[in-house]
Amino acid sequence: MPHSEGIGGIMNHESTDANEHTGLLGQSWKRTSLALQQRGVIGVLFTAPVGIILLLLLAYPFVLGIWLSFTDTIIGRTGTFIGLENYLYLITDDVFLLTTFNTLLYTAAAVLLKLIFGFALAIVLNRDFKGKGLVRAIVLLPWIVPTALSTIVFWWLLDSQFSCFSWILMKMGVISNPIDFLGTPNNARASVIAVNVWRGIPFFTIGLMAGLQTINQSLYEAADIDGAGPWVKFKSITLPVIMPLLAVITTFSIIWTFADFHLIWIMTRGGPVNATHIYGTLSYQRAIPGGHLGEGAAISIFIFPILLVCVLLTARYLRRED
Amino acid sequence: MKSDKPKELTRRDFMKKSAVGLAGAGMASLSMDALFQWDKALAAKVSPPPLKLEKKPVVRLLRWSGFVKSDEEIWTANTKKWERATGGKVITEYLSWEDVRSKAAMEASVGAGHDIVLGWFDDPHLYPDKLLDVSDVATYLGKKYGGWYPVCEMYGKDSKTKRWIALPIGSAGICPNYRVSWVQEAGYEKVPDDIEGFIKCAKALKAKGHPTGFALGHAVGDANTWTHWWLWSFGGKAVEADGKTIAINSKETLQALDAVKELYESMIPGVASWLDPHNNKAFLSGQISLTANGNSIFYASMKKFPEINKDLMTMNFPVGPVGRPTELSLFSLAFIFKHTPVPNAAKHYLQFMFEKPQYGEWESGTWGYVTQTLKSYYDLPAWQKDPRITPYRECMGRMLWNGYEGPLGPASAAAMSEYVIVDMFADVCVGNKSPKAAALAAERKLKRFYR
Repeated sequence: MPHSEGIGGIMNHESTDANEHTGLLGQSWKRTSLALQQRGVIGVLFTAPVGIILLLLLAYPFVLGIWLSFTDTIIGRTGTFIGLENYLYLITDDVFLLTTFNTLLYTAAAVLLKLIFGFALAIVLNRDFKGKGLVRAIVLLPWIVPTALSTIVFWWLLDSQFSCFSWILMKMGVISNPIDFLGTPNNARASVIAVNVWRGIPFFTIGLMAGLQTINQSLYEAADIDGAGPWVKFKSITLPVIMPLLAVITTFSIIWTFADFHLIWIMTRGGPVNATHIYGTLSYQRAIPGGHLGEGAAISIFIFPILLVCVLLTARYLRRED
Repeated sequence: MKSDKPKELTRRDFMKKSAVGLAGAGMASLSMDALFQWDKALAAKVSPPPLKLEKKPVVRLLRWSGFVKSDEEIWTANTKKWERATGGKVITEYLSWEDVRSKAAMEASVGAGHDIVLGWFDDPHLYPDKLLDVSDVATYLGKKYGGWYPVCEMYGKDSKTKRWIALPIGSAGICPNYRVSWVQEAGYEKVPDDIEGFIKCAKALKAKGHPTGFALGHAVGDANTWTHWWLWSFGGKAVEADGKTIAINSKETLQALDAVKELYESMIPGVASWLDPHNNKAFLSGQISLTANGNSIFYASMKKFPEINKDLMTMNFPVGPVGRPTELSLFSLAFIFKHTPVPNAAKHYLQFMFEKPQYGEWESGTWGYVTQTLKSYYDLPAWQKDPRITPYRECMGRMLWNGYEGPLGPASAAAMSEYVIVDMFADVCVGNKSPKAAALAAERKLKRFYR
């Protein structure tokens, strides 16, 4: 286009002019450009923006959290350094110990059930059948719906007076009174675990289904020829091939379940009598409504080592697989 | 609105009842005279503090979103009136009531954000040094409108400096709500106003197939209010006035816990899972006969549940062995941050909202959802609109503060948000703990907060 050529021409002309008049500048620019061509330099430069963002948004709050946990900061007042006092108190605090138990139970039970059901569903959905695309899409729904929304629905479904589960069972004559889903400690624990499982199954299903589709069918055909049954095929082909993926998916699920918050907060707020408090909810309760930021931070720091171990184990396993 | 009020529950009756309560309240300064006959001549003479408004002030306000629809409408209309009168502007942000605390706390720590906050309970006592002294406005309003209730002074003034750091705006009063016909079916004319009779009546209701329902889950409002009332009415308390000596493990507490087991027998199953909305739903669906609540059950029943509305009655919490009213309602206060660029406009705006044309309209239009903090508003005609809202005007005079009998501050805030008292009751009712063990567990928690 003539117009843009014109502009280009002017610019070229100007830059030549500039070079002639500022030879020194030109040389230093050359040096810079050479330096930029070094692999190390340009790499650092390109990753710098992301690095800065990570530093500001992840590392800084994280370090601040650790610092807070060593202080007695309360809302509206800067705290003083008190060493390990928050931690030492927490390990003698009944509510915290109960919360630790709850968190471990919640994570272990929910992740195990999600894994079993998710894997089973993946195997079923991996088969060829009519309308499988639609069914696969529907299976994803619990995962897609915002947790806050689906949890409110479950909060209603498990209501002590208006639960439709209770209603159906009562109409069928199985029970005579509504089930107190969230009102007794063990029922409440089972209920929140069930809701978490409902929500988390699709993550396992979809993830594992992707893995299942990569398995070479000839392996199964060879096994068929050798006369292997379905269980042997699953144990000797499916499971080993899919294991690295399973490890990654499980790790992610453990991290999310362990650090859960909104599901519990919406349904029970940690009640009844703290039977469903997990680290996330107790940390929030003590730090924000309770105002004790230091102690709240210390509780959330307890999440970290456990998750770290989890991630390291997965990483080690994956490296061994390689 | 017309209602089928039982004839024994008249305005006079309530006033008498409140008089008995207040007389026993140990609040010597608060006589009935002080309540109703403040010096009108003096009030007329009181002149407002000289507040020179900033030029074209913009006031940013953070407040809880309305429990009843008309609250926000009238609040906004009043605000518009101030804007027209002063040429200023108010930008209001509404937030769910439980979230105001965290947002206000964050603004206090970073020193930026809204100018005014309508917060709850001990919020101002978490960061008293970040708040503007509003003693001039508080003194003016107190003089003009018959004085503040004692509990308002407790919440409004910094315990150390005795300066006003917040203006108590009202409380979402909490009163027992019951079904008249069912109570009569159980052999009572009305629910008794002493604890012993209250328990017996509750049991009789249950025996007739009409259980009661009081929240024992982590319900910020509905669980905290009635459990504190129950504890205090037996003479139990979390901490002594020194704010250091933990007093929960006492024989009074044990009595309260023994007695609550009896009340619990009358309750519908599932109360341990109840959060704030549950008792409203259970009551409005006819599942429970008696609960404790703000006026939201009444308000909702007016339009949507006329059958229940006809059969609904409210009363003040019964008096326990301690012999005086000991209640807790959801207490709200307005405070101004020191970081505000428009301190005078912020004060002026709040003062304006407290003046009778605005405040009276607000109380009236919300059917008494927000109970008065200034004594002269006791006589607003709004309280006579319906006998079911009349008891709510007594709430402020019958109320103690959370963390009673200690001072307000980080410890009292932490104890309430940790549900120490609620869980102590729930421990006994659903957690199968003995009263002694529950009190000990509460004592351990309180020791940590009040160390």
